[in-house]
Amino acid sequence: MMADKEGLGGHDPLIGGQQTFQSLDNTIASVVQDQKRHSNKPWMATTFIAFIFVNILMVSVGWLVYQGIGIWGNNVPAGWAFDIINFVWWIGIGHAGTLISAILLLLRQQWRNSINRFSEAMTIFAVMCAAMFPLFHTGRPWVAFYWLLPYPNIMGVWPQFRSPLIWDVFAVSTYFTVSLVFWLVGLVPDFGTLRDRAEKVAMKRFWAILAMGWRGSQKHWHRYEQAYLILAGISTPLVLSVHSIVSLDFAVSIVPGWNTAVFPPYFVAGAVFAGFAMVLLLAIPIRAIYGLKDLITMRHIDWCAKIMLTTGLIVFFGYMLEVYYGWYSGEIPETRVMLWRFFGPYKYLYWLLILCNGVIPQLMWSPKARRHIPTVWFVCLVVSLGMWLERFVIIPMSLTINYLPASDRMYYPTLWDFGMFTGTIGFFVFMMFLFVRFLPTINMFEMKDLLHTLSHGKARKVAVGAKGGR
Amino acid sequence: MRRHGTKLHGIVAEFDSPEAIIAAANAARAAGYKRMDSYTPFPVHGLSEAMGFRSFVVPFTFFFGAVLGGLAGLALEWYVSVADYPINVGGKPLFSLGSFVPPAYECVILFSALIGTIGMFAFNGLPKPYHPIFGAPGFERASQDRFFLCLEADDEMVEEDATSKFLQGLRPLSISVVEDEE
Repeated sequence: MMADKEGLGGHDPLIGGQQTFQSLDNTIASVVQDQKRHSNKPWMATTFIAFIFVNILMVSVGWLVYQGIGIWGNNVPAGWAFDIINFVWWIGIGHAGTLISAILLLLRQQWRNSINRFSEAMTIFAVMCAAMFPLFHTGRPWVAFYWLLPYPNIMGVWPQFRSPLIWDVFAVSTYFTVSLVFWLVGLVPDFGTLRDRAEKVAMKRFWAILAMGWRGSQKHWHRYEQAYLILAGISTPLVLSVHSIVSLDFAVSIVPGWNTAVFPPYFVAGAVFAGFAMVLLLAIPIRAIYGLKDLITMRHIDWCAKIMLTTGLIVFFGYMLEVYYGWYSGEIPETRVMLWRFFGPYKYLYWLLILCNGVIPQLMWSPKARRHIPTVWFVCLVVSLGMWLERFVIIPMSLTINYLPASDRMYYPTLWDFGMFTGTIGFFVFMMFLFVRFLPTINMFEMKDLLHTLSHGKARKVAVGAKGGR
Repeated sequence: MRRHGTKLHGIVAEFDSPEAIIAAANAARAAGYKRMDSYTPFPVHGLSEAMGFRSFVVPFTFFFGAVLGGLAGLALEWYVSVADYPINVGGKPLFSLGSFVPPAYECVILFSALIGTIGMFAFNGLPKPYHPIFGAPGFERASQDRFFLCLEADDEMVEEDATSKFLQGLRPLSISVVEDEE
């Protein structure tokens, strides 16, 4: 049953144990329908701690709105700091969700079926966390909309479409909407299953409303699959465009250390790197708590770890290119930023970044380490920290020294910076645990399709999941 | 005999595997039945072909959304930057196409996804809380582990006794007559 007992041969099943359609439904749906399963200590404890941080978030935002953004540590020349670091960090984490649900779908990777719902939820909550930062960085978000969104306002002014910051508004809001649509479309047939399995009339009605009368008609499935595949097809360039556009916020400017052409691919790789780390960080405990080890198997963890390793190497290559550009530009401010990173007062953070993203993930080369759950979890934690440090290295470290040495000024975050940052982490975990409790964490109909495909030995030929393999 | 105020919706046969329902749909079509639908817990590949069902309306809806989105995005940018509030930024052209591509591109995706998805549900006739097929005995398992084939009554070949007998020959788990309100 458990894959690690079978050694390192790489023949772990995608679905473990003896399963039928009914047993898959039972395993997945009972997490939602048998609420007693959540009265265990891990759920309660995690949700409670996360809720405390949700409160810290609300206090931080409340005080920020009352007092103004002066409570944060960023000030000229470091006009961007924690707010943008955290924004980029969260957006990056969200990207793994779309990668798993859309790109792996197009590449017909059947192993995605058991983690796509989960990672799409992660995307949605991560983008919510991300959006909070730039919104509140405007200080008064409700009066800042006129330069964020194009609507006819009383001042008669419009957003500046030549600015990457407006591209960013369009990219992130589209990304959030499309991710939400993709997620909800995937949920509708499962709502139908939950409706039909529910025993209490009130719950039946509740799921029936969400299922919108889904009855599993093949004519519906036919159009549904077409729509799902096209949604995946358009989400793929979308996700690549979003982090590219985020990176253009930096690359289009003339700040030393930012103005490099490598930023878009380097950011996208970093996003996938951080995102897979977060998927594993959450999936590992949840599969243990809810007995989903037959559905999220060692093979999934192994492959996620391999993707993490690959993208980690791309990111590390990006770090090397940054140093190379700094030297090759021949510009004193560019070289100065590089030396400032290596030897300046923030040097510990830079070298910690290299340790976290460059050195420790190399453990994943070893098949033994990829199958040792505590090691994988530890590496994921380190990668999450490393990706946060990367944004710190890019953003405030470049801003603190600039073209004019007279205006150099150190940046130090305040307690409120940390309050809002840890608050969003709490919000994210809180939302994820609510999701696990109240919605089916794994896509039931895709798992049944996968089971059917696997049991008929044509797994290699036929596309799996809800997609139109012909 | 049927209860007063009801009419026949169709004759439903229940199967327990995707292969069985594909075989049944093929057999029904070979026997001359044209109006049928099947209800399955997951999309069964090959079943649409077996039923003789084709539809390409959804991809065109997405495409329509994409074109509309691109045009809407560019039109908005043109109106904002050229017509309503022209402003010279660093000597760049008023209509800076290069810079206008990213927002227009995001509009392509947004419009396509929203219009396509709403269109998919609309062409499927959803949301639709009531449908006579929900009255079929044991139909709650159609979303779990059973596969139902319904030969619908608006096909003139469907006749209660003969059709039931035909379906019996396909060795289903059960057969039931589904009625609809008049």
